[in-house]
Amino acid sequence: MLYEQFNPLREQQLQVMDKDGRVIRKDLMPKLSNDDLKKIYYYMVLGRAADQKAMNLQRQGRIGTFAPVYGQEAQVASAYALQQGDWVVPAFREHALALVRGMPLKNFYLYYMGHETGSVVPKDARILPVSVPVGSHPLHAVGIAWASKIRKEKNVAITYFGDGATSEGEFHEAMNFAGVLKVPVIFYCQNNQWAISVPRKIQTASRTIAQKAVAYGMPGIQIDGNDIFAVYAATKEAVDRARRGEGPYFIEAVTYRFGPHTTADDPTKYRDEKEVEFWKQRCPVMRLKKYMTNLGIWDDSQEKKLLEAVDKEIETAVADAEKTPIATVDEIFDNTFAQLTPQLAEQKAYLKKVMEEKKTRTQK
Amino acid sequence: MVKITILEAINKALNYEMNRDSSVVVLGEDVGKEGGVFRATEGLQQKYGAERVVDTPLAEAGIVGSAIGMAINGLKPVCEIQFFGFIYPAINQIINHASRMRTRSRGLYTCPLVIRTPYGIGIKALEHHSESTEAYFIHTPGLKVVIPSTAADAYGLLLSAIRDPDPVLFLEPTKLYRAFKEEVPIDEGDKKALDKKESDKSGNITKTVKAGEYTVPIGKARIVQEGMDCTLISWGAMVKECEKAAELLAKEEIFPEIIDLRTVSPMDKEAILASVKKTGRAVIVQEAPRTLGLSSEISSIITENSMADLQAPVIRVTSFDIIPPLPKAEHYYAPDPYRIYRGVKKVLSY
Repeated sequence: MLYEQFNPLREQQLQVMDKDGRVIRKDLMPKLSNDDLKKIYYYMVLGRAADQKAMNLQRQGRIGTFAPVYGQEAQVASAYALQQGDWVVPAFREHALALVRGMPLKNFYLYYMGHETGSVVPKDARILPVSVPVGSHPLHAVGIAWASKIRKEKNVAITYFGDGATSEGEFHEAMNFAGVLKVPVIFYCQNNQWAISVPRKIQTASRTIAQKAVAYGMPGIQIDGNDIFAVYAATKEAVDRARRGEGPYFIEAVTYRFGPHTTADDPTKYRDEKEVEFWKQRCPVMRLKKYMTNLGIWDDSQEKKLLEAVDKEIETAVADAEKTPIATVDEIFDNTFAQLTPQLAEQKAYLKKVMEEKKTRTQK
Repeated sequence: MVKITILEAINKALNYEMNRDSSVVVLGEDVGKEGGVFRATEGLQQKYGAERVVDTPLAEAGIVGSAIGMAINGLKPVCEIQFFGFIYPAINQIINHASRMRTRSRGLYTCPLVIRTPYGIGIKALEHHSESTEAYFIHTPGLKVVIPSTAADAYGLLLSAIRDPDPVLFLEPTKLYRAFKEEVPIDEGDKKALDKKESDKSGNITKTVKAGEYTVPIGKARIVQEGMDCTLISWGAMVKECEKAAELLAKEEIFPEIIDLRTVSPMDKEAILASVKKTGRAVIVQEAPRTLGLSSEISSIITENSMADLQAPVIRVTSFDIIPPLPKAEHYYAPDPYRIYRGVKKVLSY
């Protein structure tokens, strides 16, 4: 098992491919076909381009505040290790991997444009809505996995969160419940080293985040989170193990966000440009591209074709999202409970009346 | 018909629902072997196993947060929080997640879960064991809040709460847990012989009503006693105090109508307004601190809707904006029959 070979207490880190796209641990290379690699690459490129488009839209005021995934696209490979029926419980920087699970790209734009329907994914995608209150959602993954165990199903749950989330109390409750109840859940920490302006060393005195798993009685492994092979291999091991009924697993994926926390902050205020440059040399997208190019399965013309296709996909998604009508008064009331309460019916009727009155006033 | 305490009613309701629906699970601190600190879950683990009646680690956010996941993935969790004063670590899960999941996902994911917890003053308990801060939760869209004050309502409302497709906070007045035995219209046991058969004219059985089947709808108040002189509106343990106050008032030929809200969110506005229309006077009795409690909301509703019916200002009889005192001085705190009597006399003086 990988977690037995890489001890987080000794600060050992799983890396299969180096920063230049060369495989340094052939023995640990996961089984992925050339087609798999191209698919993973496609989602990473799509995630990045979708992000850049959203950034532009935000600057133009066509989209609200959002948290870019830029730099953390290797997350795609972790979702790639899941099976149909498995559950994903994300935080708010997981839109690249959400696409792998079948979230339509349009939904990403819808949500950040301000439509709740952005969270309405196809039923079999089994991905929960974005979770903004940091560190509180891993508990939902624990509950989902727990239910799966009680119902004797084989589905596992994976939850994503950042290094900052590991300081929250509910994160620790989730780890503790998972360990005690031995539920099939995978904790995937995207340690991007910054929680808005606060660096990783201010979040915890632990030398690694992965070592926290030891205290909760579950395997923990630190991996190179920008190496899709390490990401895939560790997640696959965790998922298979959980599916066999052997309990939870913790992965600390060391990565880096190239951009701001959200469109509302300026990272040049709190971190050194040199650090950003260092990590850009370890860009997950570039590394996979180099690997595929060296392997002879990728060239410039394929790259060009891919980028064109991705751009087209994004343009369509944005256009569709922008055409989406604003939620009706009925919609914002009717989803509070399964059945409208008398109070809500009264409030809804009032709002409808006011909206009508406003309309006739402006017509005059 | 059985004669049981509120506590026994809760235990029986849980048993009935767990037996009827295999997706119902109970989780909380000491709910298994111990059967809960008040024994509300006694015998359930022996009967349904440790997988469905779970002793969890001591963490309230953990209990509610994982129940949210369970509910999303097809189970119906009934959480027990040991005392209402310990629910606050879970408030993030309740407000930010359980109550909003339906809206946020437009119904794709829902949280049909129940959080049960002993509530209120009156058992000479330790600090933090006498909270009646239901207002924090009533203020939360997407959450229902239920407070029974009789054994029959405890049983019938708990069945409804477990079957409700949305999250329900179920507050159980600790003071009343074992205070009296009351009739609940169910028959003992799950034996088929006790099931009631309904048949059509030609004698064919059309429907079998299970012996334990008794529900009370969420959102409907109960008229405890009818009267013409004033409307007394209350919930939880204060309902019994209102009944005692009515005895004092009866000696002076004053007959209040007493309403037990039973569900405090969503509240039965119609029942309140219908009664005020009849009596023209209202006194609201609340165990919680005075400022911004449910009584303030009820008072607003009455003045907004029934100004023409009112013959006196609406009066609130409440606890005070102080920390509930420890047992020796507890008697200063909550409304008692005399304070309620005084409130009624005041609205009658106009």
